[in-house]
Amino acid sequence: MRWFWVDRFIEFEPGVRAKSVKNVSLSEEHMHDHFPGYPVMPHSLMLEGMAQTGGILLGQTHNFSSLIFLAKVPKVVYHKHVRPGDQIVYTATLEDAREEGGVTDVKAHVGDELVAEAQIVFAQLSPDEAGIPKNINQDNVVANALAQLIEGTTGD
Amino acid sequence: MPSQDEIFEKVRGVLVDALGVDDDEVELESTLIGDLGAESIDFLDIVFQLDKAFGIQIPRAELFPENLANAEAGFVKDGVVTEAGIAEMKEKMPHADVDKFAADPKVSNVADLFTVKMICNFIASKLG
Repeated sequence: MRWFWVDRFIEFEPGVRAKSVKNVSLSEEHMHDHFPGYPVMPHSLMLEGMAQTGGILLGQTHNFSSLIFLAKVPKVVYHKHVRPGDQIVYTATLEDAREEGGVTDVKAHVGDELVAEAQIVFAQLSPDEAGIPKNINQDNVVANALAQLIEGTTGD
Repeated sequence: MPSQDEIFEKVRGVLVDALGVDDDEVELESTLIGDLGAESIDFLDIVFQLDKAFGIQIPRAELFPENLANAEAGFVKDGVVTEAGIAEMKEKMPHADVDKFAADPKVSNVADLFTVKMICNFIASKLG
């Protein structure tokens, strides 16, 4: 299993804005216990989806040449429950990007309704700085998995 | 150019936001790590927010230099920053009160160089 909490990007404007979708299904295991009898998409996993959308937007600005880490979430607000069958659309805008990291604002909508919003700070590190052993190839994750998510996305 | 009070008020707003502290906890002499509980990752957030508040681009390494007490470079001996180290600090951090640090230059006191006043001085020098 890969730790992906977006299904696909639907828009990608390099260095500016990215939009992704996450289809919420009752067959996802976490929905069975969260909560019994009242399945709700966990806020923590929505935050992960927001961070992945913003993180990929930031990473693409330097062609994923360094690793992006979620460093800090200065603000996050959840407005409504997200239920099975909902499609979440995450819209990330890049507020700041520089060598050490970046900041994104991400909004999550289901239909026209704003369900969550967050400001997310990322740190950028080289594999050496991050202490990743030499024999682990992160390129695989980025080049294959993330690029596929973006592939075919229009940049309008 | 904004006055020192105006700079301080904006810096205070940034720190209240970034560190989750109360207005009245942030004073000019407050240390970011000791008094306000900043962690390393907060420095990046603070720099981003200062950029936004003042409309300038602040290189993090300039405001918050790293490796200030570098033993390999001969800047530290027996847990105390050497004269060469202090000279290096003065050069790298003209916005900090290095003279105050030099009175008791233990490595463990290096973090106290990072004060609210240091940020205000830095911003004033950038805007000036």
